[in-house]
Amino acid sequence: MQYMALIYSTEDADDVDFDTLIQQYTEFGEKAAAAGVIADDGNALEPVSTATTVRLRNGKAEITDGPFAETKEQLGGYYIFDCETLDEALHWAAQIPSARYGSIEVRPVMQFD
Amino acid sequence: MTDRDWQTDLAHLYRAKSGRILAYLVAQCGDIQRAEDALHDAFTKATTQWSGDSIPDVPEAWLITTAKRKLVDVWRQQQRHHSLQQQFAVDSLDSAVSDEALQEIPDERLKLIFTCCHPALNRPAQVALTLKTLCGLSPREIARAYLSSETAIQQRLVRAKQKIRTTGIAYEVPSGDDLPARLNSVLAVIYLIYNESHTAFEGQTLSRADLANEALRLANLVNQLLPDPEASGLLALLTLHQARQAARQSPKGAYIPLAEQDRKRWNQTQIAEGRTRLINTLRRGKPGPYQLEAAISAVHCEADSWNTTDWEQIVRLYRRLYKLVPSPVVKLNELVAAAQIAPIHDIRQQVAELETALQDYQPYYAARADLAARAGQFEQAKQDYRVAIKLSSNFVEKAYLDSKLTALA
Repeated sequence: MQYMALIYSTEDADDVDFDTLIQQYTEFGEKAAAAGVIADDGNALEPVSTATTVRLRNGKAEITDGPFAETKEQLGGYYIFDCETLDEALHWAAQIPSARYGSIEVRPVMQFD
Repeated sequence: MTDRDWQTDLAHLYRAKSGRILAYLVAQCGDIQRAEDALHDAFTKATTQWSGDSIPDVPEAWLITTAKRKLVDVWRQQQRHHSLQQQFAVDSLDSAVSDEALQEIPDERLKLIFTCCHPALNRPAQVALTLKTLCGLSPREIARAYLSSETAIQQRLVRAKQKIRTTGIAYEVPSGDDLPARLNSVLAVIYLIYNESHTAFEGQTLSRADLANEALRLANLVNQLLPDPEASGLLALLTLHQARQAARQSPKGAYIPLAEQDRKRWNQTQIAEGRTRLINTLRRGKPGPYQLEAAISAVHCEADSWNTTDWEQIVRLYRRLYKLVPSPVVKLNELVAAAQIAPIHDIRQQVAELETALQDYQPYYAARADLAARAGQFEQAKQDYRVAIKLSSNFVEKAYLDSKLTALA
């Protein structure tokens, strides 16, 4: 079986400084990899202020600023797209079947350099 | 030339030319903030280097060359991060633009307006960004027009630019299936800017008139760069609205509704211009909401008086509009027009059914009050005027509603 661990927290609520946190994530990653449980490397996301939500209604993509806000909707899965622009990512997100009745929140994966 | 004239000239130059130069610079460097910084730098240099009355014949060429040099400087400082391809792009940028070559610089403002009005940004951010980048308004001017603080507008602009950068919003004119929805967003922003100009607040008359002009300028710009029936419909609509602008306010600044306007004060040249545009657009056979709203406006403009208006035609147009935009506001407008020709009792009943949907909408209660008064239900009318006054956040509007209420007492 594969399991997805979803990371929820209040932004800026880290209990240690940023470098320590990165170090702790690296250590966790190494430990889990050594144990053979890592199926995907995982990612950090850009803050919620970068979120855009797309819904397909009456065959038309409705794009709005911000995260999805419907508390009745639950996270049901995810894709990671490799796209040049947000527009391209939204174009694909709108074609996810659940976009017809649910919401797809699109956020950039954080890039560390 | 006095120093003051010179400053005014430069400010006019900025308002007139900065949008096009900025759009071009963003296309070159891919970032609005960087392009703005470079353009700001060029204008600062211009104030010291163009002494007295020696503004160059083609100031754009000078400004573009100077701004591009600034971009190149910034890039060279960060060169170690650049790929070979990027370095090549930088080298090709580092050249002066001659007056002749300026003709060949592409007009990138359409890309810029699509980015600024991107639906991934919220509406207030879209409006502020469009006014700042394409119209060259300063955060202070935008704040004054929207009764907001300069800091709030600045923060809004910073956040919007951050979102564009971080999420990678494309700097391009959308194509294919995406175009109609994206264009709608652009047209909605322009219409919103125009409508804000209507909402005359106390002491705001001057900056509000500016907003109307900017909206017309943007609508013209979109039409020039993207032939589309709805974009043309919006321009026709704004032109017809603008034609009645002078009649909408008394010399003391009080609001005058359409029914009481002195139609001699309507600008016939603008009416003719708007009508011709609308007729040519409707001939293309793709009617949309803006074209229909323009058609409604044109019917009003054709009438000698409120009473001789072709109400049947207006009701028909609102019904067609409702098929495209089934909103309670459109329905209300249809009913208000229908009240001119249909039994008022039936209309009032239908208007009452809209209350849940429009309970926060000031014009709903103002319209309902007017209908009640015409039906002789004065107590109901007074009650509705009071609700309308409570919902209005606008001094001029409140004063008008107050006068209606007082007339009933």
